[in-house]
Order: sequence, then structure tokens, then C-alpha cells
Amino acid sequence: MRKAATRKQRRMMIVGIGFASFALVVGLTLYALEDGINVFYGPTEVVENAVEPGTKFRLGGLVEEGSVTRQGTTTIFRVTDMNNSVQVAYTGILPDLFREGQGVVTLGEIDERGQFTASEVLAKHDENYMPTEAVEAMKRAGTWKHTEEGEKATQ
Amino acid sequence: MIDGFSIAEIGHFTLVLALCVAAVQAIVPMVGAARNDAAMMAVAPATAVAQFAVLVISFAALVHAFVTSDFSVLNVVQNSHSLKPMLYKVSGAWGNHEGSLLLWVTVLALFGALVAFFGRNLPPGLKARTLSVQALISVGFLLFMLFTSNPFTRAFPPPLEGGDLNPLLQDPGLAFHPPMLYLGYVGLSISFSFAVAALIEGKVDAAWARYVRPWTLLAWICLTAGIMLGSWWAYYELGWGGFWFWDPVENASFMPWLSATALLHSAIVVEKRDTLKSWTILLAIIGFSFSLIGTFLVRSGVLTSVHAFATDPERGVFILMLLVVAIGGSLALYAWRAPTMQGGGLFRPISREGALVLNNLLLTVASAVVLIGTLYPLFLEVTGGDKVSVGPPFFNMTFVPLMIPLFIAMGVGPYLSWKRADLYAAMSRLKVALAVTVVAAGISLVLLYGDSGYAVIGLALSAWLIAAAFSELLQRAGLGRTPVRNIPGRLFGLPRSTWGMTLAHMGVGVLVAGATGASLLTTEVITVMKPKETIQVGPHQLEFLGAEEVRGPNYVALRGNFAVRDEAGGKPVALMSPENRRYVARGQETTEAAILSGLFRDVYIALGDPDGEGGITVRAYRKPLAPWLWWGTVIMVIGGLVSLSDRRLRVGAPKANRSAPAGPRAGPRAEPAPAE
Repeated sequence: MRKAATRKQRRMMIVGIGFASFALVVGLTLYALEDGINVFYGPTEVVENAVEPGTKFRLGGLVEEGSVTRQGTTTIFRVTDMNNSVQVAYTGILPDLFREGQGVVTLGEIDERGQFTASEVLAKHDENYMPTEAVEAMKRAGTWKHTEEGEKATQ
Repeated sequence: MIDGFSIAEIGHFTLVLALCVAAVQAIVPMVGAARNDAAMMAVAPATAVAQFAVLVISFAALVHAFVTSDFSVLNVVQNSHSLKPMLYKVSGAWGNHEGSLLLWVTVLALFGALVAFFGRNLPPGLKARTLSVQALISVGFLLFMLFTSNPFTRAFPPPLEGGDLNPLLQDPGLAFHPPMLYLGYVGLSISFSFAVAALIEGKVDAAWARYVRPWTLLAWICLTAGIMLGSWWAYYELGWGGFWFWDPVENASFMPWLSATALLHSAIVVEKRDTLKSWTILLAIIGFSFSLIGTFLVRSGVLTSVHAFATDPERGVFILMLLVVAIGGSLALYAWRAPTMQGGGLFRPISREGALVLNNLLLTVASAVVLIGTLYPLFLEVTGGDKVSVGPPFFNMTFVPLMIPLFIAMGVGPYLSWKRADLYAAMSRLKVALAVTVVAAGISLVLLYGDSGYAVIGLALSAWLIAAAFSELLQRAGLGRTPVRNIPGRLFGLPRSTWGMTLAHMGVGVLVAGATGASLLTTEVITVMKPKETIQVGPHQLEFLGAEEVRGPNYVALRGNFAVRDEAGGKPVALMSPENRRYVARGQETTEAAILSGLFRDVYIALGDPDGEGGITVRAYRKPLAPWLWWGTVIMVIGGLVSLSDRRLRVGAPKANRSAPAGPRAGPRAEPAPAE
């Protein structure tokens, strides 16, 4: 009889540990999802004050033609969805694919004056490939044209 | 003479032929196994080898098209260029969606052929069913290729020049990253096929675990090496100095790795103690399911990432269907058949089995967390919520806390005996390792005072892992029980699987140190530099000597030259030359960072854009312990290889059975008991 009991106990214990770690993980996960995620906004939403200053979010769109200026290691440019644009400052080396007129995704926060300070500029795409965020920004602003439709985007 | 056009045609033809062979291989042996018909079951190995041979021809035809720059093939047009160096012409064959799928299926068939070849002493029923399941997966992927992603699609009229391979991918590290990773991804298909075959047979025993383990080990080794190559590439090619970004695509390869690691450990329990059977089967299914999910995430373009190939909804839907059939089908089969599998051996929570169960729990939970973080944005988008991204903070907050208990337990586990163990006795054997850990923690606390508390934890854990693994090996060799002069001889007399485990665990320790140094202790300087200016990065002084234009085979580059001094005003110890390359064909730019690797640190320089006033933006890092990332992984891979070479686990051939005449069930006794 004792054997059966230990087996049951063993199972219960494994189940117990399982549930405890599961609960811990769920707790941690929910907590982490609270501030581990970054919501995406397009320039129009930012201009229309959808975002509280000081919240970290992702801003995507096109790098406005002729807007890129450099001051030392800081680059200032405007991200546009063809309707509105937001000024972005980034200190550091820009990704290789950063180009005027090309899609860009940045991560950072906006101050009261409407200046976006980016801590990251993402270049997760090749030069033919529009990042989905940039497309999304223009779709939200209603300026997205299906020009890139059917284009092959190789890695 | 066969000209280039017909060679591409041969490739297309053999691809269709492979589908037919795979269909036969999927159906005939399965029926044969059900009827216990030896002749029908014997079809399996023959077709497995044939399928592989046919796919090799097909793959060779694609490589041929790339090497000869056959621009009548659309795929070559889009991904190659006649000026490209030969290595990248070859690697271009798999540096794209269609070609990489062909590689995927070829590797799948390779593993089938290997099982056919090495699995001579597998029970015929198990072998037939395993190969049949393997062929089913092949059929799915071959259909997918032929219908949506044919690598041999023609371009008419053929253009004179191709569009070149993405320059980011023209790199030796990346030439071998995809094949390695695929060997790992797809290698898990064998464990999966074995698991499904065992479910159909309704029998899982120690022998089964022994057949599966070398395949899982092989897949794990390749997966580890493949992930490392990708991470190494990101480290020096992307110019950000990061080695892991928690990018969905990285996660896609990391989830199978986590579950393969869990499977490796739980298969030991099945083999030695005849318990945890249905769990191990489930892990084998989950491992390959993660590979499929990874393929789906990467190939369907649902996620933005460096690896997102064409965003083609048709492909996404097809892979999703494959996913549903494979994962859903195998899980349904599992739900149906697994309850019949009764475990044998009992064990106390504090025992080797207990430690391995803890390992499994933590690793599966960790992969679940990674899965949630990866799929959450998709889930939210599908349900109409915000468009979000889940960044590193999420993973740091969830994944890292799971690793800490895992690493602590990893040190203790090997000291515990099977069935029931004495934790107190184990701890007393761990005294030296504990002392080393405390000393390491003390030293890093002093060195890093006020710098980063987490780094102290990381370094202490690293010291713990290395010291515990090393001292366990020495004690196993009889340290303290026999004269010291006997130790070296006894060390080499230890089973290779023991060496493999020790090396792998030490490798993790080294890796943890590297990750700690590279992520938490980095010194970064970003500035604009003019020639003759110097900057200080930690103890190193970097002098910018000037920039020059250089020409490569298919690019022009701006190269900056930097003299490195270990102290201000000292003698230069090295010249570092980071480059910004501009590739002619696509006009795309890439950053080639210069990295000076030492025993304890990397100095890392990447060039930015000129500021137009004679200066250039420079990003320089000092990354303590960063090289340990790669060494740690290499040690893990060597550990895996050493363990794979253990005669007891030699691929498909459980030789140990010969010395244990009682048959496969005698397995548990073949391993010498851990030194007490």
C-alpha cells in the first residue's frame, strides 16, 4: 500500500510544483506584458495627441525627403505618413538601410513639444521591403497606395 | 552535352519525382507495419535512400544554376549576381525562400536516409513506421514547394544580370548558418517520427529512448551551432554589438532548442528508469512542432524581421495548414494512445529523476514564455487590438528568472543518485564548487561594485556551473578516494557520455559569463571623430588614423583605420579597420564592424556616416567576456559530439546491449552508477 501512496504523493508533488511555477510564470508574464510591450502609432495619431508624453512607443512611417540633418552624432529627421509628420532625434549610428523616402520604425518617447526621441531605429527589412509598421502608418492615415503590391521581398 | 537549361529542368523533374517517392514511402511501409508484412516494410529504407538521392540531384541542380549564374531561373535572377564571390553564389542557393525550402526537404530526406542506413537493428515495425511518418512530412513540404514556392520557376526572357544576394547575407558566418540550423530544426523531425511511430505501435521502452537519443542529440548539436552562427553574425554584421535581440525569428529557433534540450534529458530518464514515457513522447512532438511553428513564423511573413521573406498570404495559409495537420494530428494521436503508456520506476523528488523533471519543467515553461512573447503581438492583431511589439524587457523579466533556478539545479543534478538521493551528502560533495562560487561572487562584487548587481549574479552562476561540473567529473574519476596520480588515467576511462555532459554543462557556464559580460558590463562610446583624434573606451585608447576607399569584388567600401593602445600614450597593440560597404548591384550598404578579441574582452568598432566636415561617426564598445559567448557554445557543441561518440549511444546501434545479454531492458545497468 505504501508504494501506491508514494506514487500518488510524488504525482501530487510534481503537479503542485507544476502549478506553482505555472502561477509564477503567468504572474510574471502578465506583469512583464504590462510594460514589456510597445504599442505602435503612426505620425497622424501622434500629431492628434493620441500618446501621452513619456510613454514609450513605436513610431513608424517614411523618412521625409530632405528632412535629415546631423548635429554631431545626433541625427534629426521627420517621420511622415504623407499627411502628418513627427520630428525624431536619434543619437548613434543609424542602420545601414536608413534612407530618405524609405520606411523606418523607431522606438522611443515623445516630449511635450512634440519631439520624439528615439532610443532605437529599426532596420528589419531590406531596401525593397516596406516594414509593416510603415505600411500600417500610411494605411491609418489613408495615404497607402498599393504600389508595392506583389513586390518580391527577398530577405 | 547537357546545357544549363536542361540541368535546371532536371532539378524540377527530380523534385516532382521526390514527391512520388515520398508518397510511396509514406503509404506502403505504414500499411506493411499494420499487416506485419515484411516485404512492404522493407520498402521504407529503400525509398528513404531513393528520396534523398533524388532530392540531392534536385538541390545540386539549383546550386549549379546559382554557380553558373543561370539567369533563366527566376530564383537566380532575384538572388544572385555574376560578380558575386563563389562562396556566396553557392550559399545564395539557400539564402532565399524557395532554395531554403529545398534545403529543408533535402535535410529531411537526409535524416530519413540516415535512419534507413544506420538503423539496421531497429525493430522492423518501428523503423517502417518512423520512415513512413518522416515521408509524410516530406510530402507536405514538397507539395508546398511545388505549388507555392518552386525554386526552378523560369524567368522569360532571361535577364543579363541578377539582382544579387542581400549583402547582409554575403558573409561566411551566414553561409553556414542556415544549413546548420536546418539540420537542427529538421533533425527534430526524427524524434517526432519516432514518437509518432511509438504511439502507433503503442510501445515505448528503454530501447526506444536509446534509439531516439542520438538523433535528438545530433539535432541539438546542429541547432546549437546554427543558433550560435546566427547570433555571431548578428554580433559583427549588424553593427549594434548585440548578440541576441529576442527577435521573433531568433525565438523561432530558440523554442525548438529549449524543448530539444528538455527532450535530451527526459530521454535519459526513459532509458535508465523506464519512466516519464508519455512526457518524453509529448516533448518529442512539441520539439518538432516548434520547428514547424518556427518555419511558419519565419516563412509566412506574418512577423516583421530580418528573415521575413516574401509576404505571400498563399504560402502562409499553406504552411498554416501543414502546421495544423502535423501538430493537431500528432497531438490527437497522443491524446488517444498516450494513456496506455505506464511508467515503471518510482522515484523520490530529491533524486536524479527529480532533478531531470525540474529541468524539464523549467525548460518547457521557458519555451512557453518565449512562445507567448512571440505570438502575443500576432494574437492581439488578429483579435483587433493594438499593433504592438514585445521587446527584450518582457523576456528579461520572464525568461531570466526561470534560468536562475535551472542553473542552480544544473550544478546539483549530476551529484544526485537515481531513485532517491541524499541532498545533504550531495551538498557536501559540492563544497569546493560552492566555495569557488562564493569567491567568484566576492571578486566580481569588488570589481563591479556599484556597476550592476545582476552581473554579479550572472558571474556567480557561471562560476557555479563550471566549478560544479568540473568537480563532479574529478570526483567521478575518484578524487579523494584514490591516489591523485591515478586520476588522469581514470578521467580518460570515464564514459564519453559523462564527458559530454560535463563539457555541455561547463559550456553553459562559460556562455552565461559571456552573456553577462556582453549585455550588462559593456562600455559604449558614440562620437564623431576626425583623423588623429583619440577616444578612451574603458582602459583602451583608440586613435583614428583616417579613412580610405577600398574596392572589393562586388562592393566599394569606406574603411576607417584605428590604432588600439592598452593605455594612453602606450605602444599600439593592434590596428582595427571597420568598413562601410556599398554593394554595387543593389546599392545597399552594410556595416563591417572590426572586432579585436582577447581572452577576457572584445573591443568593437563600427563606422557610421561621415558628418560632411571631415569627421565620421564612430561607435566603439568594450565588451568584457563577450568572446566567451562563442567559446561556451563551442564547448557545448563539443560536449554534444563527445556524448554522441559514446559507444553506448552510437547512432542507431545500441552496442552496449552486446555486453548486456538480457536485451534492451538491461539498459539501465549499462551505465556505471554515479560515484558515491
